Amino acid sequence: MFNRDRWREIFDTISKNKLRTFLSGFTVALGIFIFIILFGLGNGLKNSFQEFFLDDASNAIFLYPGKTSMPYKGFKENRRIEFDIEDVEDIKNNFTLFTEYVTPRISRSALTRYKSQSNSYTTRGVGPAHQFVEKTILMKGRFINKKDIALRAKYAVIGRLVAKDLFKAEDPIGKYIDIGSSVFKVIGVFQDDGGDREERNIYIPYSTRQLLEKGNDKVDEIIVTFNKDLGHTGALAFESSLKKYFKDKKSIDPRDPNGIYFQNLTDDLKQTQQFAVVLQLIVSFVGLGTLIAGIIGISNIMVFVVKERTKELGIRKALGATPKSVIQMILQESVFITTISGYTGLILGVFLLKNIGLKLEDYFIKNPYIDLSTAISATIILIIFGAIAGYIPAKRAARIKPIIALRDE
Amino acid sequence: MIQIKNLHKSYKMGTSSLHVLKGINFNVEQGELVAIMGSSGSGKSTLLNILGMLDVAEEGDYILDNVPIKNLNETKAAKYRNKFLGFVFQSFNLINYKTALENVSLPLYYQGIPRKERQQSALNYLEKVGLKDWATHLPSELSGGQKQRVAIARALASKPKVLLADEPTGALDSTTSHEVMDLIQKINQEGKTILVVTHELDIAQMCKRIVKLKDGVIVEDKKVKQVLASSYV
Repeated sequence: MFNRDRWREIFDTISKNKLRTFLSGFTVALGIFIFIILFGLGNGLKNSFQEFFLDDASNAIFLYPGKTSMPYKGFKENRRIEFDIEDVEDIKNNFTLFTEYVTPRISRSALTRYKSQSNSYTTRGVGPAHQFVEKTILMKGRFINKKDIALRAKYAVIGRLVAKDLFKAEDPIGKYIDIGSSVFKVIGVFQDDGGDREERNIYIPYSTRQLLEKGNDKVDEIIVTFNKDLGHTGALAFESSLKKYFKDKKSIDPRDPNGIYFQNLTDDLKQTQQFAVVLQLIVSFVGLGTLIAGIIGISNIMVFVVKERTKELGIRKALGATPKSVIQMILQESVFITTISGYTGLILGVFLLKNIGLKLEDYFIKNPYIDLSTAISATIILIIFGAIAGYIPAKRAARIKPIIALRDE
Repeated sequence: MIQIKNLHKSYKMGTSSLHVLKGINFNVEQGELVAIMGSSGSGKSTLLNILGMLDVAEEGDYILDNVPIKNLNETKAAKYRNKFLGFVFQSFNLINYKTALENVSLPLYYQGIPRKERQQSALNYLEKVGLKDWATHLPSELSGGQKQRVAIARALASKPKVLLADEPTGALDSTTSHEVMDLIQKINQEGKTILVVTHELDIAQMCKRIVKLKDGVIVEDKKVKQVLASSYV
């Protein structure tokens, strides 16, 4: 392997057979290059997908009150169930181990005005935890905190598009806006990957909303995010125990399908994850396919190369080359060429991927990338298969009798 | 130098088999120049291939320089070829992307001789065949006679016991043929044992002994008065 004389012989052969060297090198470089580009773009597609569908915390359970449809414990049917702030606290206290965040949400639509600009937006009275439930990203200022809730502060956190509509180029932080004829101070601007609709919302402390509605303690809905460690089955179990707890607390017949509604995103999550798995499979399949095509390409070239050299190998054998030295020569040469060109293709591919990355976001491909270990393993696989593909015909050529190899005149 | 006893060889042709050599017996002494003659299909090339360890016999003994050539695997055959034999082919069989010098030094590469020594030795042999000035030329830049002389230099480079030439003049015109035969005679005069396969009588008469083959058996084996090729040149 480290015989200087043998390397000299190989370099000599390579440099004097440029077309052959180019053909086999080009096949490998192209194979790796296309593999990296396709795999990278596939990853980009996956990234966009995750951004679209995994916007909200995927471990959320939404609880809505409704009307009972069965009489129970002396209550008549058609009784309206209501949530209040005590229910939120109860979940926090009784299911500590299962929950991550718990927040109430009270949604109202109101005309909102700043100077001469006005529009109707949804205002959501929420708790501090809502930021994590909705995956709200703050661009400026801060989100609602515990102190705001306690003080029932008239603070508002507005969506990026609300800020754009009402404030144009002005900085909204610290300005006062009129929401349904109450004045709120803007303390933050947020963005949300969930799309334009999400960015046209306004968040205020839920306690402030309650204060505005005659100081009640009613809550529209409760959003709970469960501990991700629970998994799919654990989440379903948690949901049913939560259901049981509330039906008991609100005196609803356990068999009553109405009364309280649960919306568990864990089923959506499962579907989304399945879709992501399918996407991953497609990406891997494309990668594998390219790699196989590359392997077939290099195999063909190697068969052709050995065929073309049959006579030369016959001469070499007549002059005293042992079968081992013939195989070694062909293998060393092919591994050398595939290694050099494989890494050339690798570098070119990664380089191109880095440079086109930002330009493809309009085509649903975000941040295409390939991790270096995948790229390098792919290159090594191609080199190994190139060697195997060279070995088989080389072995046959080495076994062929020199007299037969020399006969083809 | 060479002892052959009762050599048989047949080729399978589909279901039937073709018996090419039907019991060959002959010996070659050190320093002989033997012509093996016969029409095509007489088995002369097959005999040479067996002598050259490029092919194996089915039956019979072959002793080369007191070494029995038997049950050779490929590796051993390659080593023996390299050590004992030099080949000259009708179609020259030079490696076309290597220069004359590199072609001549190739058998020395397989003997494991260091590069510098190899090149010096190869250059000496090229000088011997009168092509020192053509050392850096590729085979495509040489004439047929020059190519055959490079091939002879290559065959000699590994210092073989026996030189085997298969129709060495078959692809050459008569003037060039005589030049090549002149070279072969000179090498023979230096003591090298040489076997030449040919179907041309004038070439055979330039050897010291003629062995005639017909239908796989030796029909005639006689010493002849050597015609010097230099007399034609």
